[in-house]
Amino acid sequence: MILQSIWFYVWGLLWAVFFITDGYDFGVGSLYPFLGKSDQDKRVMINSLGPLWDGNEVWLITAGGVTFAAFPLVYAVMFSSLYSALMLILFALILRGVSFEFRGKVDSAAWRRLWDTCIFLGSVVPAILFGVAFANIFQGLPLDENHLFQGNLLTLLNPYGLLGGVLFLFFFLVHGALWLSIRTDGDLQQRAIKTAGGLWPVLLIVAVAFLAYSAVATPLYKNYLAHPILFIVILAAVAGLLGIRLFLARKAYFSAWLASALAIVGATFFGIVGLFPNLLPSRINPEYSLTAFNAASSPLTLKIMLMVVLLFIPVVIVYQIWSYSLFKGKVTQQDLDLEEAY
Amino acid sequence: MDPVFLSRLQFAATTMFHFLFVPLTLGLSVLVAYMEVRYARTGDETYLRMTKFWGKLFLINFAVGVVTGITLEFQFGTNWSQYSAYVGDIFGSLLAIEASVAFFLESTLLGIWIFGWKKLSKMAHAIVMCLVAAASNISAMWILIANGWMQSPVGYVYNNGRAELNDFAAVVFNKFAILEFLHTVPSSFVLSAFFVMGISAYHLFKKQHIDFFTRSFKIAVVFGLVSSIWVVVEGDMHAVHVTKIQPTKLAAMEAHWETQKRAPMVLFAIPDEKNERNLIEVGKVPGLLSFLGHHDFNAEVTGLKDFPKEDRPPVLLTFVSFRLMVALGTLFPLLTLIGLFLKNRLVENRWYLMVMMAAIPLPYIAIQAGWVLAEVGRQPWIVYGLMRTADAASPVAGWQVMASMVAFVLVYGLLGSVGYYLIGKNAIKGPAAVEAA
Repeated sequence: MILQSIWFYVWGLLWAVFFITDGYDFGVGSLYPFLGKSDQDKRVMINSLGPLWDGNEVWLITAGGVTFAAFPLVYAVMFSSLYSALMLILFALILRGVSFEFRGKVDSAAWRRLWDTCIFLGSVVPAILFGVAFANIFQGLPLDENHLFQGNLLTLLNPYGLLGGVLFLFFFLVHGALWLSIRTDGDLQQRAIKTAGGLWPVLLIVAVAFLAYSAVATPLYKNYLAHPILFIVILAAVAGLLGIRLFLARKAYFSAWLASALAIVGATFFGIVGLFPNLLPSRINPEYSLTAFNAASSPLTLKIMLMVVLLFIPVVIVYQIWSYSLFKGKVTQQDLDLEEAY
Repeated sequence: MDPVFLSRLQFAATTMFHFLFVPLTLGLSVLVAYMEVRYARTGDETYLRMTKFWGKLFLINFAVGVVTGITLEFQFGTNWSQYSAYVGDIFGSLLAIEASVAFFLESTLLGIWIFGWKKLSKMAHAIVMCLVAAASNISAMWILIANGWMQSPVGYVYNNGRAELNDFAAVVFNKFAILEFLHTVPSSFVLSAFFVMGISAYHLFKKQHIDFFTRSFKIAVVFGLVSSIWVVVEGDMHAVHVTKIQPTKLAAMEAHWETQKRAPMVLFAIPDEKNERNLIEVGKVPGLLSFLGHHDFNAEVTGLKDFPKEDRPPVLLTFVSFRLMVALGTLFPLLTLIGLFLKNRLVENRWYLMVMMAAIPLPYIAIQAGWVLAEVGRQPWIVYGLMRTADAASPVAGWQVMASMVAFVLVYGLLGSVGYYLIGKNAIKGPAAVEAA
């Protein structure tokens, strides 16, 4: 029981880390056509992600791999049920990834426009769809007694699912704008700061609406009411949201970005804690739900994988922090002049 | 539309496309790391220019390889959910280990390598590339352990209606997987060596950057010779193990119908699956198949007729891909050996340079044929002897798979064209002058 529960939260944590790392990449990519007024601005924006986005994306691969390893049945049902949504996300990620590399390789305005479009779509589409997917999981999927999904892509586009998509998009937009406030200077930085400040009230309203709507559309609050101490998770999310505004006012952009990360982790865990022990709740009948207990791998696999994760994820975090510290400053002209730069 | 067939087609297409880029990543990362370590140790600027020139081609290739890899992991869930639920206990763990142990390191450090030229010392920067090369190859190892388990399932018990892990060491040290790793990775080195030799040959043929490309060629020719000889020797060991573990694959790859002692091998034949015989057989050597499978000219080799029809793989495709792989695989040591003799007189031997330019695609063909043999030859099983491919697919509608399939063809078509256009363009441009770091 304990092993499965640990894995449930490790699973949630990996998704949360993916959202705070690749989340700002999605944000920067979504702001790209609006904040990147000149080619120089655009290059600064993508080079601010340059050394880091690929390592960030591996958190997705790991979250997916861990779902497969620890909860094979969830992996099977989740990705086949969300077939079209996941395929759209994959195509978006593919195009975004190559666009960074391809964009600067041919000197032609039309060529750059093509890859600019791909960077934008490749960022905004996953930002929204991850939100839609997770909101639908919070709400429960129409799964029958054989764990078969009784619905289609349109089933997912219900009001609560769409609100989830909007929430994630605004989280990532603010997160990305804060990232640009840290790593750029001059006009671009001023525009990024203004964008973060301007989007913040919208994010706050959407987040509050989502919390309220969750009480109606989902059973998430049941766990909170049973153990009121858990409300601390929601408080953390709210503290993060307020922290963004506070640190923005003090021009402490890195702290604001950390507050934004806290808000994203809080929001993810708001759902994860509320779901426990369900990984994929069934809307048709709670008995058909996939839980940490009926969908888990064998205890042996869970133990071995836990050792792998406890041994290697800290190492990953160490070298990723090293990488972030190497590239913590502003993107400079010298960085752009590098032959390998995007 | 049959979702199983479409899912197989989609998986085959996306895997083969992904594997156009992976082998070059595996081998070229090693070569670039070697060049950069030489630069860091000697300060010789030609090595720096080599690192930058071959590194650039490496990065374009890597970009396409890495983005097309993501789809493979998720396709097990989207298209093969029955398989995932049945074997995830074992197979899923291997993919998760690959991501946390190797892929993280590769992706994070490659970012540092690309953007960190001015931020690290020469040696530290070179070590980062060594780690990228190591991580890429370790990543391949875990993926091949996963594939090896599909070829030869070990270390599991049937429990709770699925295959569950009961011996992790048996899965990791699975002999089939080890042999696959020792075959696939050196084959990738051969491909990378031919890539470097072929592009070098182009510039030497045009009599430009002669010193630069002669030195590049010399590094690649040694790498290619050692790897290609290794692949042949190891391939022979591999065949013996296939005979033991997957007798249906062996029989199909030789279009061998009748069980017999002193089984012959044919150079070429046209298998007629309907009538369970070969239409034409050319160059029959008695006893050779017995030797290939058992290292004994008189050993008995089971023919296809002694396996139920529903357990046989498609014969023609398996047979042809094996022949293609072996024929090309034999050619590579010969071509590299000639290169070794001519290495100081390359510019004068224009015929050889032309051959080597034309030879760039050959290892690609050989390596794809090898995968067709491994995967088609395993059919009708997704996990040999344990689960049939027909039982493994997701309960998704055919139109959904059709739609994603069309999208894959379009998007991958675009990526492939642009990727190879950029590799070609930069390869032809030749090395740029660089300022020493």
